Amino acid sequence: MSAHLPVLQVVVPLLAAPFCLFLRRGRAAWGLAVLASLASWVIALALLRRVLAEGVLSYAIGDWVPPIGIEYRVDVVNAWVLLIVSTIGAAVSLYAGTSVEREVEAPRIPLFYAAYLLCLSGLLGITITGDVFNVFVFLEISSLSAYALIALGQARRALTSAFRYLIMGSVGATFIVIGIGLLYVMTGTLNMADLAQLLPGVWDSNTVKVAYGFLAVGFCLKLALFPLHLWLPNAYTYAPSAVTAFMASTATKVAVYMLLRFFLSIFGAPFSFGVMALDRVLLPLALVAIVSMSLVAVFQVNAKRLLAYSSVAQIGYMILGLSFATATGLTATVLHLFNHALMKGALFMALGCVMYRVGSVHINAMAGLGRRMPWTMGAFVVGGLSLVGVPLTVGFVSKWYLILAALERGWWPVAVLVLLASLLALVYVWRVVEVAYFREFPGEEETREAPWTLLGPTWALVALNLYFGIDAARTADIARRAAEVLMAGIGS
Amino acid sequence: MTTYLLLAMAVPVVGAGFIALLRRSPNAREAASLVTAGALFAIVLRIHGAVSGGARPEVVLAEPLPGIRIALEAEPLGVLFALIASFLWIVTTAYSIGYMRGHHEKNQTRFYLFFAFAIASVMGVAFAGNLFTLFAFYEVLSLATFPLVTHAGTEKAKRAGRVYLGVLFSTSVVFQLLGIIWVYAIAGTVDFEPGGILRGNVAAGLVPVLLGLFVFGIGKAAVMPFHRWLPAAMVAPTPVSALLHAVAVVKAGVFAVLKITVYVFGIEFVAETGASVWLMWAAAATIILGSLVAFTRDNLKARLAYSTVSQLSYVVLGAMLANGLGVIGSGMHIAMHAFGKITLFFCAGAIMVAAHKSEVSQLNGLGRTMPVTFAAFLIGTLSIVGLPPTGGAWSKWFLGVGSVEAGQTGLVAVLMLSSLLSLAYLLEIPVRGFFGKEAGGHGEANGDGGAPGHDDHAHHGAPAWSVAAIAVTAAACVALFVYPEPFYRLMTMVAGQ
Repeated sequence: MSAHLPVLQVVVPLLAAPFCLFLRRGRAAWGLAVLASLASWVIALALLRRVLAEGVLSYAIGDWVPPIGIEYRVDVVNAWVLLIVSTIGAAVSLYAGTSVEREVEAPRIPLFYAAYLLCLSGLLGITITGDVFNVFVFLEISSLSAYALIALGQARRALTSAFRYLIMGSVGATFIVIGIGLLYVMTGTLNMADLAQLLPGVWDSNTVKVAYGFLAVGFCLKLALFPLHLWLPNAYTYAPSAVTAFMASTATKVAVYMLLRFFLSIFGAPFSFGVMALDRVLLPLALVAIVSMSLVAVFQVNAKRLLAYSSVAQIGYMILGLSFATATGLTATVLHLFNHALMKGALFMALGCVMYRVGSVHINAMAGLGRRMPWTMGAFVVGGLSLVGVPLTVGFVSKWYLILAALERGWWPVAVLVLLASLLALVYVWRVVEVAYFREFPGEEETREAPWTLLGPTWALVALNLYFGIDAARTADIARRAAEVLMAGIGS
Repeated sequence: MTTYLLLAMAVPVVGAGFIALLRRSPNAREAASLVTAGALFAIVLRIHGAVSGGARPEVVLAEPLPGIRIALEAEPLGVLFALIASFLWIVTTAYSIGYMRGHHEKNQTRFYLFFAFAIASVMGVAFAGNLFTLFAFYEVLSLATFPLVTHAGTEKAKRAGRVYLGVLFSTSVVFQLLGIIWVYAIAGTVDFEPGGILRGNVAAGLVPVLLGLFVFGIGKAAVMPFHRWLPAAMVAPTPVSALLHAVAVVKAGVFAVLKITVYVFGIEFVAETGASVWLMWAAAATIILGSLVAFTRDNLKARLAYSTVSQLSYVVLGAMLANGLGVIGSGMHIAMHAFGKITLFFCAGAIMVAAHKSEVSQLNGLGRTMPVTFAAFLIGTLSIVGLPPTGGAWSKWFLGVGSVEAGQTGLVAVLMLSSLLSLAYLLEIPVRGFFGKEAGGHGEANGDGGAPGHDDHAHHGAPAWSVAAIAVTAAACVALFVYPEPFYRLMTMVAGQ
């Protein structure tokens, strides 16, 4: 059984998805989704534990020996990302029960959970597979289901947002498959480890460089790196609350993982940094993303859109870590994948609680909620402080490594810029906090605290924000090991 | 002894729990506050005993990042700060009981609750065993005091809160945190060590920059131009201004500057590299400018706030002198200014509660109805200026001698000039009180922080609890002239290593 854990990681949610449709009743579908998500969370924990103890796990699908058959390959890097995705997946599935009932029409609820599980299994599949074409297949599974999930939002603009995401996402996926095709032309293999061995022989060919370019643009579209982020703010704003919490914490993280896996593990750090100058291309983009998107976030009046722009800025931090091209910088990136998932998950869930009771997440609609919904706003404050990077929260840990990496390279202006940007984060978080705590509650009707079915998962993530902020030794150690694996390339 | 260190953190937090539980009964709630404060002082006294005997108890609470610990360690400088903060917390609690009731403040439970949290974080700052712990509790202190500053909940309080948190956060995140990570990148550790951790690891040209990152990055030390938050914080109820913005918060700032200078840079290393000369003059400028601005303020609390800005830079200056005498003077001034300034704030609050006056120009003749308060104000003034028979004389003495030893005679002139200035702007208040002619008619209570005018301008005297507190701190100012020994001994231990 335990030998089959890698494949179960994907198969469990994938098979549960169609059953959600057969169940027809919303509650039952939710129960199945929760079970499947919790199961994949447990599997991810077990996988990470085994990888940390035993090293790389290789699983041949259908016993077809790689590189002929498809290989699932789990090392510290993707075991870590699997854990991030499945943790958020489990928390959101618990949360969705109450939230989705309010925000999605009853007949569509089983559809919602089917799409949710497909999206989850797609993301897990991208992460676990050791085969580049398989990456594309799972990418399509996760993307198509994500478009559907976003389109289920209440506002009519959810449809146009989903359509826009579909266009941009399809362009990205097409670029990626073109890149993969060119690699196959040059090497005749789709297995990642195999590619890593064969590619150095054809480094000089322009085809490989073109493939690299296509892949880079495709990934940057999917991970919403400035200026290819335009699909993200609307998609996050108009999707149902649970979907926003899920997508914001997982989809872009997996895209960053793809970038790291392809460009560091497969192409290798010497090619990416030495030949293709990836670091010099990404550095300015990351800095512009961090500063400009934080500024844009400051001026938003919709709290979800505010956090969406903040996400684009935070993706800048992850890419910044990569562009240092050092082990410390990559550690910061890998850590921030996890830390950012925790904080954005908690924040978007808190906004979902507001949506549930107030019916809007416009900043003005949140007036006086500090007293009306103390636990919800408490979660928002802690999550916000984590986003700013206050000590004893996970945000601080990420910032610490990022700045340490900048100073190690001697780039102190970059360090100052990162710190200034975290002040911008303070400003936009504070705008919400001030309205919630200092403005009088306008409505007469009784607005109560959100139900515990929403608050429970929200505070679980808030607690993780604090726990891994106070005791980051373990997460930092895993991130450092992951960074070393990435720098070394897949072959070694 | 490590148990006592943990208790020093835990007791205020547990006390906060009791305060919240007893919210239905104000008497029991205030009793819980007083008992907590008394217990904390007793604990700090025990730690003081051990540290005086040469012990350095240490305890690690957590290890957030590999090699970066949240650790508490008691050493003489931290003990000095903790002693002052915990003792004055008792006095302030007593004072608050009179003030908050006399002033009919709302949300008193929240007030006592966050007060206790603030003190807990002050203990964390005082006993921080490394830069990271210091930074963490420094930030927690900013957050814990925010609800106290914005206690009134008005538009004005909200704006003041924005300035308060904005300045303190920006400076600490942009400069201080950068400094901390830089130190870590250079030295590979952030622990406080006698003699510092930087020597031999760093290019001499970088040291002035690093030291500057800390002096300006510790916004709570209010070195200009990062002092604006302190006058803004005066919107808070007076006990908050008294304990937090004359003692705990601001002293946490200058304490951190002194501690980092001594235990991260090392005073000999600073003196050798000359890293602190430009900062001496930054502090000197703040001393003079703060005094000059204080002159222009008619609002009593605002005047005291600028006086604090000016006086805090004395402590910074003492640290920047980078010699033993300067460090002794610096540490002594943390203590002496605390007792002097808290007395002045207590008096300002008593005047506000009893006579509903908040402006200096309204105080004419009040001394005859409130003699104790104005006499105490006079004693506090003498201590701030540095005149015998008050404790302030000692710290000014050591700072002066330290400046001479550092070869900075220009600074001696700055110290003299500033003493004269502070004498002038503070003495105006008791002089008006005792000798001024009362203006005809009933002056309206000024809107700025004046009391709600429901009991039509009655001179009913300050609450007894508050007068008692004033008497205690004023007496302490005098007692510290005769017996500065405990603080002096602690500071020689700091300077001697």
